Amino acid sequence: MASALINVPAKAKRGDIIEIKTLMSHIMETGYRHMASGEVVPRDIITSFTCRFNGSEIFRADLFPAIAANPFITFFTTATESGKFEFEWIGDQGFSEAASASITVE
Amino acid sequence: MRFAGAIAVALLIAGFAFAAEIPQADRRSGYDFMKPDTKAMQDEDTANPGMLWVLDGEGFWKRKAGTANKACADCHDDARTSMRGVAAHYPAFDKATGRPIDLEQRINSCRINQQQATPLPFESRQLLALTAFIARQSQGAAIETGADPQLAPFIEKGRELYVQRQGQLNLGCTNCHDDNWDKRLAGSAITQGHPTGYPLYRLEWQSLGSLQRRLRACISGIRAQPYDYGAPELVELELYLMSRARGMPMEAPAVRP
Amino acid sequence: MQQPPNSSRRQFLGLAGGAAALGAIPVVTVRPAEATPAMLASAIQSVTGGAAVRTGKVKLDIPPLVENGNTVPMTVSVNHPMAPEDHVRSIHVFNEKNPQANIANFHLGPHNGRAQVSTRIRLADSQKIVAIAKLSDGSFWSASVDVVVTLAACTEDVI
Repeated sequence: MASALINVPAKAKRGDIIEIKTLMSHIMETGYRHMASGEVVPRDIITSFTCRFNGSEIFRADLFPAIAANPFITFFTTATESGKFEFEWIGDQGFSEAASASITVE
Repeated sequence: MRFAGAIAVALLIAGFAFAAEIPQADRRSGYDFMKPDTKAMQDEDTANPGMLWVLDGEGFWKRKAGTANKACADCHDDARTSMRGVAAHYPAFDKATGRPIDLEQRINSCRINQQQATPLPFESRQLLALTAFIARQSQGAAIETGADPQLAPFIEKGRELYVQRQGQLNLGCTNCHDDNWDKRLAGSAITQGHPTGYPLYRLEWQSLGSLQRRLRACISGIRAQPYDYGAPELVELELYLMSRARGMPMEAPAVRP
Repeated sequence: MQQPPNSSRRQFLGLAGGAAALGAIPVVTVRPAEATPAMLASAIQSVTGGAAVRTGKVKLDIPPLVENGNTVPMTVSVNHPMAPEDHVRSIHVFNEKNPQANIANFHLGPHNGRAQVSTRIRLADSQKIVAIAKLSDGSFWSASVDVVVTLAACTEDVI
């Protein structure tokens, strides 16, 4: 089942600053909501999002309950060489998802 | 005297006969009423959270189910071809029941009859995903719901439900969505209520949801008892709303506040 | 056929938008305790360590009147080079009235080319949002925006 939508340009020129957009499926339960019985609905959020390019970390985000459900995160990076972006989402209750996208830099 | 009486009668008739209906040329999608940020969310496939369900639906389409061990794809092949324009005709007339049937009910009817599988619960992730995936195949297609003459009595019932006043606030759908659609309610735009983008991602829900979910929310909002999911009244309302939007392009999955 | 969820029981939903969890759990959203200006100040403090924070360089892009507090698009950018010897190290975003002061922290480096991040946030009420950028030379810069949040017009029964 697809959990993530990634937008990475397939091609770029060396030196271009490109935008990467990511969208991950997740309820991001805040931990502040209550059931009708009064019990708290336990927190269940993505706490960390990391992007590596050819193995090196190029972007990292610490997320808190104030991030909306189905987290959408975009950032920029300079195109230096062809290679592979690896994305990782880690969160509560052992949540761990990964995705990747390749780019050709000429 | 007689002349004045004739005018009075003419005005009375005009008052009852669709006087509140929005003229064809003035019809606008809910998209038009959105702020630029919300429009941007809908416009880009990789930014539109509704597309997460469409992708899931693509997976479910190929998954075998039921004792018949069949996937949707086994009968319907590539949805991009077989389902093109289909959602733009729904709710449609169902010969088996002699009533209108909406897309969710049609999917479940296939699950029961063709796949010999259990029906999917309303608003379950799987049913939403399949509905979103199928609706997506009608992207840009003009809505054609209600053209079938067998649907006429049900469209009329839907229209009656749409105009009737109900609930503690004693409002009918038409009071806001026909008479006051150029105004705002608690900071939100009142749209004309055309369901061109369903199932859609509602920011309030932070999830994709069906038209029936939205109708139930509106009916709760005017402090009336909402009909149960799958109730004939909801299907008739869906049918009326879609035929009222005939000619407008489909835009599922849309994004709305 | 299938049983629709039990809807005959009417539940009054509180404010501060929270969509009911899909499934059978009935959820009521009760307004939780708010963050205070003191919590916001201390959250900022734990990033800056008490160092001076100057206004400028940072731009917070949020609609002044949001469409819905549950999902608010936000872009934060820092007008500063991203060179190996002089760049933006991190951006920290805070709020004033959510139950918790932190929204997110973003960690950057010279390879990013541009210090600009977009995401979607939740805002429980009309409030101030603060973004603080930490530069490679150890200095801190900030910007803040006041946002008006209205509630959804019709509160919804549990699904």
